[in-house]
Amino acid sequence: MLLRAALVALLGALVLRPGWFVWAFAPFAPEGGPVIYERTTLLSLSLSHLGLVVLASGAATLVAVTLAILVTRPAGAAFRPLSRTITNVGQTFPPVAVLALAVPALGFGAGPTLVALFLYGLLPIFENAITGLSTLPPATMEAARGIGLNRWQRLLRVELPLAMPVILTGIRLSVVIALGTATIGSTVAAKTLGEVIIAGLLTNNTAYVLQGGLIVGLFAVLIYDALVQLETRLSRRLGTV
Amino acid sequence: MIEIDKISKLYDGVAAVDAVSMIVETATITVIVGTSGSGKTTLLRMINRLIEPSSGEVRINGEPTGTLPKHVLRRRIGYAIQGHGLFPHHTVARNIGAVPELLRWPPEKIRARVDELLDLFSMEPAQFRDRFPGELSGGQQQRVGVARALASRPDLLLMDEPFGALDPIIRARAQQDLRRIQRALGSTIMLVTHDIEEAIHLGDRVAVMDEGRLVQHGTPAEIIRQPATEFVAEMVGGVDRPLRLLSLVPVSEIVVDGPAEGEPLDADTNLRDALSTCLWSGRDALPVVRDGVPLGRVTLDAIRARAEGPR
Amino acid sequence: MRMRDAGPALLAPGLLFAGLGFAALLAPFMTLAANRIVAGEGVAVWRVADPVVTLPGIVALAAGLGLGLLTAWPRVRIAGAAMGLAGLVWLLSQGATVLLDGAGQYARVSPGAGFWCLLVILALLLADALSQLSPGPLARALLLAAVVGTLALLLQSGALSQLSVMREYASRQDAFGDASLRHLGLAFGSLAVAAAIGLPLGVLCHRRETLRRALLPVLSFLQTIPSLAMFGIMIPLLGWVADTVPGAQSVGIAGIGFAPAFLALVLYSLLPVVANMLAGLQSAPPAVIEAARGMGMTDRQRLFRVELPLGLSVILAGVRIVLVQNIGLAVIAGLIGGGGFGTFVFQGLNQTATDLILLGALPTVALALSAAIVMDILVELTRPIPERTP
Repeated sequence: MLLRAALVALLGALVLRPGWFVWAFAPFAPEGGPVIYERTTLLSLSLSHLGLVVLASGAATLVAVTLAILVTRPAGAAFRPLSRTITNVGQTFPPVAVLALAVPALGFGAGPTLVALFLYGLLPIFENAITGLSTLPPATMEAARGIGLNRWQRLLRVELPLAMPVILTGIRLSVVIALGTATIGSTVAAKTLGEVIIAGLLTNNTAYVLQGGLIVGLFAVLIYDALVQLETRLSRRLGTV
Repeated sequence: MIEIDKISKLYDGVAAVDAVSMIVETATITVIVGTSGSGKTTLLRMINRLIEPSSGEVRINGEPTGTLPKHVLRRRIGYAIQGHGLFPHHTVARNIGAVPELLRWPPEKIRARVDELLDLFSMEPAQFRDRFPGELSGGQQQRVGVARALASRPDLLLMDEPFGALDPIIRARAQQDLRRIQRALGSTIMLVTHDIEEAIHLGDRVAVMDEGRLVQHGTPAEIIRQPATEFVAEMVGGVDRPLRLLSLVPVSEIVVDGPAEGEPLDADTNLRDALSTCLWSGRDALPVVRDGVPLGRVTLDAIRARAEGPR
Repeated sequence: MRMRDAGPALLAPGLLFAGLGFAALLAPFMTLAANRIVAGEGVAVWRVADPVVTLPGIVALAAGLGLGLLTAWPRVRIAGAAMGLAGLVWLLSQGATVLLDGAGQYARVSPGAGFWCLLVILALLLADALSQLSPGPLARALLLAAVVGTLALLLQSGALSQLSVMREYASRQDAFGDASLRHLGLAFGSLAVAAAIGLPLGVLCHRRETLRRALLPVLSFLQTIPSLAMFGIMIPLLGWVADTVPGAQSVGIAGIGFAPAFLALVLYSLLPVVANMLAGLQSAPPAVIEAARGMGMTDRQRLFRVELPLGLSVILAGVRIVLVQNIGLAVIAGLIGGGGFGTFVFQGLNQTATDLILLGALPTVALALSAAIVMDILVELTRPIPERTP
């Protein structure tokens, strides 16, 4: 708990008051070179980075869960083997390659990054949503039918809530990948925290690299942790843990 | 002969097994019976040192078990458990030959032993040798599990709820098989169960455990006739006691000369079944035969006399 | 109800492929650009060459998509997909020659959106039909070999050498060879090191609960750190090692280049290796472990005779994850001078040269896919319990 609070505080300070850390990064900066990245404020980079991730993961969640619901209904069953093939094959596509391949199709900027994040983000959520929706305890489903819930009621009141922890795990995987891929998005001119690292790599300024790396790393670790907490709380309430 | 000498196991200062002593004669079956948490499995697992005793010792033919390295000790003691624990990636032959393999027997000797055991358990070697456990029925898996435990001709066979996972009919057959094979091989067996019926049916001696202590150790008849404590009495079941007593005695023991009407009984039938036949067919006496030769008769009164408890 | 009886089972995926496929035929099939930097102009499929040439190709494509509708005959669907793919290649190779004719010295032709869409659709059709047949491991290995062989022949034959991406390759043959070796070295080398560290760690975690509780969260947090950040953080770290540890520089440890990329990949690999090793070892049923202990196996014997053979397929599944992941992540090494296909990707992004990006990205994808298929076959072959009908 204490560690978590300390990390949040550290992250906040790194983003909002980078000047405080000149002493720490100075040894890594080239002789006489800048220590703290100042071309754009770190805050705006963080916000646009997180914005990309939230937008892409939100859309991916919506689409993936909808598709998973369709495929797990009797009418969509014919698409199940196909959807399994697509998720299996799709996940072997490296995220960086997806990003790079989006450029020829869509050009530079936030657009291809967003599309790549969205497409890649679909897969873990879709896979987990299918697992969650198709491995519900049969007794519970039988009971839900038995007490006279119709299909919609079963879906909304029983299936989705019970599958939620598994779906959340998929969302977490997806968000973590998106955070990482968005970082690389700065190589295709999306405005993200990767910009700081790339600038450092291009100018041989290790101070930038460290600064950017630390902030992105802290964001990822804290968001991951928060989602894990959410999952455990949810599963505990459902009594599955 | 197995001597268990004041053996105890403490967990956080609480005794799971509390100074248990008993002697198990060679070539007998001793059944340890008790409720869950009575310490019966802990006692059994201390004998092959899967659990280290906190104090006390076990001697096998006079030799303390603590003097041997654990794995060497265990290779000398057969061990069969509930759910058989067969290696799913090995064939039946390799499973049965597992301990001889650890003991580095020559391959042809292992092969001969495997076939001998399969025969003994009424499983055609040519048919079953190369199968995998997943291809066997539950009863067959259980038999292979026991065969594996017997493979190296161990000084002692430990069995922990070996029939627990079987359904009642297969279970009764497995119990009969065990009795038959134990007689044939002269094995010394210690078996743990929570089922008093199984204990009475299988045991030459029955040891009743309660809260870590050995509360009674004797023949099945003694346990039923003179339960040492309330707990044992409750365990052997108030109303069923006379019937359980009868189930231990074969008809041949009380057969007398004289005629009787109707379908004859075999001399090995137990008295409970004889009583049942009397009541069902409304007869007071039944003819008894052995191998088709008339021996005499058994009467309802004689059966009743054997069912009486101490006055 | 009647719909469901006959409808979806017969039509659904095939219809989807056919619909999307015919739509994709309308999209620009190839692009023609004045040079390698500028954006090209789309050319529709019926315009890439004379009708004498395009018609057979288009017919093959249409027929392939049509055969894909026959859900009941997976073999026919496979043949259809193969026919469609052949048509695709035919159109591409013929179109490239025709379009370049008289278009200027620096002109470039590339496959367009229509081509890529059709390629994906036909590949999915093939995969869908194959999954209907559920071929065994041997059949899949032969199939993979056949596909790779066909692809190699096609590239060797020069039928596609007019394409822009192949021209990029032609002018960088040596660099491409180096990059391939470097990429493989990064992906497989880091896997080997991670296995050498992670597999024994997995055994220790299996034996000691306290170590497991301490180690696994640390490894999963490592896994969470975005790759670029991880690669970046390795730079000062290894730079410091290179400066302070005597002899480190002479064995190739340096702040940038191969070493930080390699180390970052190793760190990423540890979690899947350790976690799957652990899961593999724990996959043996408790009764089996109890029996192994009870019959007098030593810890070592139990590990090698029972736990490892029973867990092998789970352990290999971890290796699969790592291999596919590392082949992808090794691209990032291109950003910190670590070499590999990433070099082309990021050079291409810098120069806005699309085909250079493809030259890096396509082999990466192909490598990742092949590795996944090969590892899947191995995982299946090492399932501990042979499946036999009694």
